[in-house]
Amino acid sequence: MSLKTRLFAVAAAGLALALPLSASAHRGWMVPSFTVLSGDGSWVTVDAAISNELFYPDHRPMRVDGVVALAPDGSTLKLQNVATGQFRSTFDVQLTQPGTYKIFSASNTVTASWTENGEVKRFRGSADDFAKQVPAGAADLKTIKGASRNETFVTRDKPSTESLKPTGKGLELVPVTHPNDIVATEPATFKFVLDGKPAADLDVTLVPGGARWRATPGEIKVKTGADGSFKVTLPEAGMYWINATARGGESPGRGPGGGMGGPGGAPAGGPPAPAQPLAGNGFSASYTATLEAQRP
Amino acid sequence: MKRSVSLLTFAGAAAGSLGAAAAPAMAADLNVTVEVPRLSVAEYHKPYVAIWIEAADASAAGTLAVWYDADSKEDHGTKWLKDMRQWWRKAGREMSFPADGVSGATRAPGPQKVVFSGAKGALKSLKPGQYNLVVEAAREVGGHEAVRVPFVWGKPGKPATAKGSAELGAVTVFVK
Repeated sequence: MSLKTRLFAVAAAGLALALPLSASAHRGWMVPSFTVLSGDGSWVTVDAAISNELFYPDHRPMRVDGVVALAPDGSTLKLQNVATGQFRSTFDVQLTQPGTYKIFSASNTVTASWTENGEVKRFRGSADDFAKQVPAGAADLKTIKGASRNETFVTRDKPSTESLKPTGKGLELVPVTHPNDIVATEPATFKFVLDGKPAADLDVTLVPGGARWRATPGEIKVKTGADGSFKVTLPEAGMYWINATARGGESPGRGPGGGMGGPGGAPAGGPPAPAQPLAGNGFSASYTATLEAQRP
Repeated sequence: MKRSVSLLTFAGAAAGSLGAAAAPAMAADLNVTVEVPRLSVAEYHKPYVAIWIEAADASAAGTLAVWYDADSKEDHGTKWLKDMRQWWRKAGREMSFPADGVSGATRAPGPQKVVFSGAKGALKSLKPGQYNLVVEAAREVGGHEAVRVPFVWGKPGKPATAKGSAELGAVTVFVK
């Protein structure tokens, strides 16, 4: 595998995990067939895709090899009946225990530049590959660390909170209102934490599904307070896509060639242009989830 | 009308003061009649119904009956309990099924009369006061509806009725 194809593979895996996609309208999501279930024979089937319109698979499937289903007791469940089609992936999760399940994918990437023998080198890939491929103590080393997380939640019988505990890495949603206890027209409160600490002044966007039958996107924008929390009253029952990105330092911008390579960001044809060094160190941590507001 | 309201208020206040002195267990029973409507639809299934008590703060103060298909071989009928969504969120999800004295079979169209004994189940420990009796129905390949009828627990009262518009007909509640 050439370096170029390897980088492409990494980029493809990265975008499949819905890395910051702000440069385009492509949105990664996992939509479970139900978020509230009853009885010990419960299963959910989940659609996972990266699309423009919510929640219609119109662009490409999400790769699900990094998806984890965390059971109420903290154990990891096997995804069943995994299939990837042209536009979406699907998998099933058997809800063997009562309580709340977190289905998620999380990834860490590094974009780096350094100088080797007077030449600017670039790297983009997983944190593990960064450690392997970029020489320790490289000259002029600059890194942008990317963390991204995409989640959804389902509850069988009584909701529980064990599986909702934040890991303390990247940007995460901490429920005040349980994510399977959101009811349209009733206020719900959540909190964002960045590396486990309150993420203040964070712009949060909520977008309702069913866009095809609405003239306007219906986006709801809120901002977190000093404690990282925000309150929102979702107007209608349905599935919502929630997204926030925390950036710091010389993090990738929103313009074209922003460096994080959104979907379709495969290497362009033709001879590669000389590598440009990064402007400085930075980070970008994004969080995405699909939540259901229940009918009152 | 005005007169009966003030009488009711007076009676309620009297019951409240009496209730403080009297033993909490009331001999009264809760008589409920639920009209399961006859529907002309291509695919008809008898509705799942939860009959529960709602306190003044909208929390659930007890579940009196759940009519569902507990004999279903597939999943013992529990799969669709969540569809009585208000009850499920406030009470059902905390319970285990089948529930003694609560679980029952689905009922056919027509008036369904049930008497809940004040000496048993959720009513046994229900404090005197103002409540809603909620009848919540969910029908497979059909709709969902909840009908609320206010009642005062702690003394005999007059029948009160509310009507559903789709999945339920008249619901009448009578403490005696």
